[in-house]
Amino acid sequence: MIKRDLVIVGGGPSGMAAAISAHENGVKDILLIERDQYLGGILNQCVHTGFGINYFKEILTGPEYAGRFIEKVKSIPDIEVSLKSLAVRLTNDKTITFLKPGKLETIKAKALVMATGCREKTREMIHIPGTRPAGVFSAGLAQKLINIEGLLPGREVVIVGSGDIGLIMARRFALEGAKVKAIIEIQKESRGLLRNMVQCVEDFDIPVYFNHKISWIYGKDRVEKVSVVKVDNDFNEIPGTLFEIKCDTILVSVGLIPENELIEMAGVSIEGDRTSAPGIFVCGNSFKIYDMVDSATEDSMLTGKLAAEYIRNL
Amino acid sequence: MISKKLTCIECPEGCRLTIDAENSKVIKITGNKCPKGESYAVAEIENPVRILTSTVLCQGLSLKMLSVRTDKPISKSMIFEAMKEIKKIKVKKSLNAGDIIVKDFLRLGVNLIATRKAE
Ligand code: SF4
Repeated sequence: MIKRDLVIVGGGPSGMAAAISAHENGVKDILLIERDQYLGGILNQCVHTGFGINYFKEILTGPEYAGRFIEKVKSIPDIEVSLKSLAVRLTNDKTITFLKPGKLETIKAKALVMATGCREKTREMIHIPGTRPAGVFSAGLAQKLINIEGLLPGREVVIVGSGDIGLIMARRFALEGAKVKAIIEIQKESRGLLRNMVQCVEDFDIPVYFNHKISWIYGKDRVEKVSVVKVDNDFNEIPGTLFEIKCDTILVSVGLIPENELIEMAGVSIEGDRTSAPGIFVCGNSFKIYDMVDSATEDSMLTGKLAAEYIRNL
Repeated sequence: MISKKLTCIECPEGCRLTIDAENSKVIKITGNKCPKGESYAVAEIENPVRILTSTVLCQGLSLKMLSVRTDKPISKSMIFEAMKEIKKIKVKKSLNAGDIIVKDFLRLGVNLIATRKAE
């Protein structure tokens, strides 16, 4: 079995920050594995501005923020980057198995940092009833389709939830010439940043319905319309308030959850700010959901340092 | 005199500003936690501007779409026209983040720049 000092899973902003910081703190043998063909993680599809205000004291787009870390990682020969590498198994003795084109590799590490990010909550998790036609996307998937693949997934859009990704996608669809017909939010105010309500929603005159929810999705092959109903403060439907909106696309933007499948599979739990397995660390959005990448970076820098200390004390 | 309430979007703080203005001229701004809020409020009354971010098509590169932005804010009223132009662009040669794709974009005195490396 191959042995390495430090293996980091995930080449997004958190994994890169952990790698850079571990190196700064003396680790000379670092393997950074990333499932995509590029480093940068989710930031590559976040083409809007708003990143880096705290960390770089500048306002950057997602790709620019990621780019600075990518350049830095590439300039450090002690960090080996393995792209198109999907981690499939972790055990609590710090052995990690990953698939890369044409082979399966197993590595025993002195320390491991999991920086696997998060995933989006889905329609199933919030129980929107109705038929199951095509045209229901998570906001992040729609973002990837537009910004990475160059595909516009719909022309008449209703967005469920007013989280930041949903607001940002409202603007993105509007810019691309689609009609954003409504943002439906069950809470009485926005869950996103105020600035996004201004520059994404008000700028484009997009109607927002607070205290409302989708009561049914209609459509056979493709989404055709939704019915919307007003709710009271306990989220009970208020009779007589139902109305319909014609649309071909629904975006779901109702929050994120840390992606920790591998850690759970290994029987390792996250306790406070560390894991139950010495030498296995978690950072960034896979540790907890951060509002800003700047904070995830800082957390991950600290994690990289802790991993370096752990290896030094072995 | 009119009094207008605005949310500053220059940073995630999102300060709520109150602007007193007369004949589209700003007289007093309150609620800002830093000076950027002041210039934002003035611009918002006189000529609201935004940095435009989007993506352009690539041809013969490893990326399908390249992320781009204007290097300075442009007038809000020009945004859809700018998007029309952006859709016509095809990038065919390698670029670094920060490289200019269109100089003096739409004669607005701003450049359209790449925000990602494309090879
Ligand atoms: S006034 Fe200053 S602190 Fe307040 S939102 Fe604007 S830039 Fe941020």
